[in-house]
Amino acid sequence: MNGVGRDTDTITKSLVCGKPATWLDPPGAVMYCPGCQHPVLHRVISEVLEEMGIDGKVVCMLGVGCHAFVQIAWDLDMLSCAHGRALDSGTALKRLNPEAIVFTVQGDGDCLAIGAGAFIGAMTRAEKITVIVYNNTNYGTTGGQLAPTTLIGQKTTTTPRGRDAALEGYPTHAAELAATFKGTVYSARGSVHTPANYQRTKKYIKTAFQKQIDNAGFSFVEVLVACPPNWHLSPVESLDKIENDIIVEFPLGEFKNEDRIV
Amino acid sequence: MAERMFVQGNEAVGWGALYGGCDAFFGYPITPQNEVTQWFAREYPDRGKIFLQSQSEVGSINMLYGAASGGFRVMTSTSSPGWGLMQETVSHLASAELPCVIVLVQRGGPGAGSIRHSQMDYMSATRGGGGGGYKNIVLAPGSVQEIHDLMQLGFCLADKYRNPLIFLMDGILGQVSESMDAKTIDFGPLDDKDWAIRGRDMHKDGKRRLINSAAGVLPLPPYPNYISWLSHMKEKFCKMEDSELRYETYKVEEADLILVAYGYTARVSKEVVNMARASGLKVGLIRPITVWPFPYAAIKEKADLGCKLLVVEDSLGLLIEDVKIAAGAQADIGLVSILDRHLPTDGGMIMPGRVLEEVKRLL
Repeated sequence: MNGVGRDTDTITKSLVCGKPATWLDPPGAVMYCPGCQHPVLHRVISEVLEEMGIDGKVVCMLGVGCHAFVQIAWDLDMLSCAHGRALDSGTALKRLNPEAIVFTVQGDGDCLAIGAGAFIGAMTRAEKITVIVYNNTNYGTTGGQLAPTTLIGQKTTTTPRGRDAALEGYPTHAAELAATFKGTVYSARGSVHTPANYQRTKKYIKTAFQKQIDNAGFSFVEVLVACPPNWHLSPVESLDKIENDIIVEFPLGEFKNEDRIV
Repeated sequence: MAERMFVQGNEAVGWGALYGGCDAFFGYPITPQNEVTQWFAREYPDRGKIFLQSQSEVGSINMLYGAASGGFRVMTSTSSPGWGLMQETVSHLASAELPCVIVLVQRGGPGAGSIRHSQMDYMSATRGGGGGGYKNIVLAPGSVQEIHDLMQLGFCLADKYRNPLIFLMDGILGQVSESMDAKTIDFGPLDDKDWAIRGRDMHKDGKRRLINSAAGVLPLPPYPNYISWLSHMKEKFCKMEDSELRYETYKVEEADLILVAYGYTARVSKEVVNMARASGLKVGLIRPITVWPFPYAAIKEKADLGCKLLVVEDSLGLLIEDVKIAAGAQADIGLVSILDRHLPTDGGMIMPGRVLEEVKRLL
């Protein structure tokens, strides 16, 4: 194989892809499991903020869950919020400081279970903020419990026999729900399980931020992320599960894309 | 130059906030404080300030959390059931050291209780109703003018200590109308809120600002670990307790009996002191203006002199627990409570005549 920078006598190395500029070298370890895709999505967001040149203007409202560990490393102004309340806190800050670009980073449980009231309230008021939800179909931080997004039949530590619709109901489709609100101008669902989807998700997030910069309305992006330990799969098997099972329940794409509230 | 007006206690909350530099109000309707929310809805938008009705009291208090993190002076107002809903985030506000003012217009409880006055939230206000054993300064005004003045002090103290502040009222104080002078009170300079989040480029040092309420999980500089951070919190709470005690004494000299009351029952008690003194009985009043920190020493001093103590509060007996701490277990402490109201319905009040009866029985 003729790799980059390789010849028959010496190996020279050149950096083709470093860490994003908004990624600090944290004093402690950033706590993620092998194969977890939270850091992948963190990277997508970093790349978007840097390419748009807005990393110094954003304020990030963090939910409670694995996603919130990003506060160790992100070189952004951030507020770590009460569980489910990032949208309430973000609403208030944006109202008082409209120049700031306000976005929330939340898990599916944070936004859709305990934070459902804040989510509906913010969309009802057509808040000019951007929401990014990391959907791994379970509560990863607390040991893999049932989430609103858990698939029918999926085993979690609180649905050990698999999610039974008769007992636990059906998965919540956040991106489709967000699109039904008049105040929402943008809603999409992406994934990062293939390079092509990584790029598509990056485009979705960039579009969502642009809607806020244009003062158009509420913008929402849900992203499917693998959680191998709680899915009891290897990292590679987890990517197959996204491809074969999860996107069947949670289809990818844009559900709403308007330039203004219509 | 003061603006003279005749207003309700609930409206005085608004005027005090306005003259105290409050940037935004976030609230949810609940009786008997609706005039507060409506005042802000009416008066704030035209002045370029923010009023926003939230989807719940949980929403309001978390809006405060976000707004305060941006360095703004912000407040909410609620009554007892809403106060219960807010407790988790009051704890987060204390933990994240975010200053704000929370007005609690107490109504009857427990549960939905009644929609009229009471003083039944004393414990959750003074002890930190959420998890974790934090402390808040709790201001307890006794008149419409004092509501206006203490609201401004409240914003100052919240900023000074980077801590939420509780403003403890009741349905009577909220509904009563009195003359009031509205003007800005100068409490002196405060530090810039250099810790506030505004976007990294907005900071002179170009460094990010991070605020969280989980110092034990994700330690924040300058505190390397959970216990060092807790030591800092302890130091701050002690400083608040040592420096911010406020109370009024009324005709306590050579008194044989001291009434202890705050809020509307303190107004009743002052009347009782005048009635008792007119009939030759040596009665005085100690009125805590801060119910945390509490005037333990002032009450102990009187108890040690052999004064009898009579607590007047519109509850089953909560303030009396602090009076017991002050005076000691052996002290002679009486209670005129919610059971002594002049009517058995939720409209009943503790009247001066009933308190005077008890004073005469004790002396």
